[in-house]
Amino acid sequence: MNTTEPAPGQPLVTARELRKAYGSTPALCGASAELNAGEILALTGPSGSGKSTLLHCMAGIVRPDHGPVTYRAERLDSAPEERLSELRRTDFAVMFQFGQLIPELTTVDNVSLPLILNGTDRRTAQKQARTWLERFGVLDRAEARPGELSGGQAQRVALARALVTSPKAVFADEPTGALDSLAGEQVMTELTSAARESGAAVLLVTHDATIAAYADREIRLTDGRTATLEVSA
Amino acid sequence: MPMSTRHILLGLLAIGPRHGYDLKRRHDERFPQARPLAYGQVYTTLQRLVRDGLAEIEETSSDGGPERTMYRRTDAGERELADWAMSVTPPAPFVANEIFTKVVVAILSGGDPAAYLAAQRASHMRRMRELTAVKSAQGADLATVLSADYALTHLNADLRWMTTTAGRLATLTAEVDAT
Repeated sequence: MNTTEPAPGQPLVTARELRKAYGSTPALCGASAELNAGEILALTGPSGSGKSTLLHCMAGIVRPDHGPVTYRAERLDSAPEERLSELRRTDFAVMFQFGQLIPELTTVDNVSLPLILNGTDRRTAQKQARTWLERFGVLDRAEARPGELSGGQAQRVALARALVTSPKAVFADEPTGALDSLAGEQVMTELTSAARESGAAVLLVTHDATIAAYADREIRLTDGRTATLEVSA
Repeated sequence: MPMSTRHILLGLLAIGPRHGYDLKRRHDERFPQARPLAYGQVYTTLQRLVRDGLAEIEETSSDGGPERTMYRRTDAGERELADWAMSVTPPAPFVANEIFTKVVVAILSGGDPAAYLAAQRASHMRRMRELTAVKSAQGADLATVLSADYALTHLNADLRWMTTTAGRLATLTAEVDAT
């Protein structure tokens, strides 16, 4: 489905008037967002405002109850699960507050895994993984296991794992939420500069304005609804 | 009118056309008690002065080295500076006081304080993005980073206060209307 690439600034992932409830608790009550190719977009709002749910819907992890989610020309809200899994391996990458690294695998194996799942041979995958670990300053931790890493190191490894497949979109849910402010800023600097170099779009969920300030623009959620404060510059 | 870099730069341009680098150096010499201006901030401010018609580009030269742009003040810039210089500086040390005043005035005059706070928040965020870009730029020295961090930390404090205030507007409106 990788047909024409959207030009920078053109819509890549679009959500329109999404509604989603968990049981009787509404999470989204008409939330819209457009992630453009190559941009870094922050989703901000108070706790419980629905920002993580909106990110999960746009990443194809959660299906909205109502409202379309579109990736390029493809509907994600109605796509079969196999197709969503495929997209998550190839076009999308996800980062969470805690790295979600596999504790039994070494750092380099964690980063190689997405490539191996996509059919890259182990040797090539490890080589590419090491390149990314080096880029983020954690190559000396290549043989360590996640339990032996500091929080900042673990997020750098998670960042390497997210970017190793050259995704079109990175979905980052509070990627610095578990870090002190300096480590958080270092991870954000790495994330934004790597994304700008590769042209990947980043959807960033954060409650921290100093982290949101790394984005090109901001969409704010309140009670499951979005209010766009400004158009992109 | 609060003091701002644009007014300081307009003031420094009163002595004649200057380069951004020269303005930064003169500012730091003339206001030794102030934080040195970051280059990024000087150039961003000069571009805005030009955009707003308060300054204009005198000439751009390279002399074989990096390109340097010379700025001059316009008549409109001179008037703006005069207005600012004659205005009383608000005695409140914190910007939150000014914002709070505007919120209360909006309530009293039947305006939309939530919209004002949202716009103020967007403005704070825009500035925070600019400062973040300055400190994240390749080759930014530590002094620039720390200076931007200082401003970011204070803007973030204002912003958090605004967010809390926005969440309490109903109570505030009831209080203001009752007195």
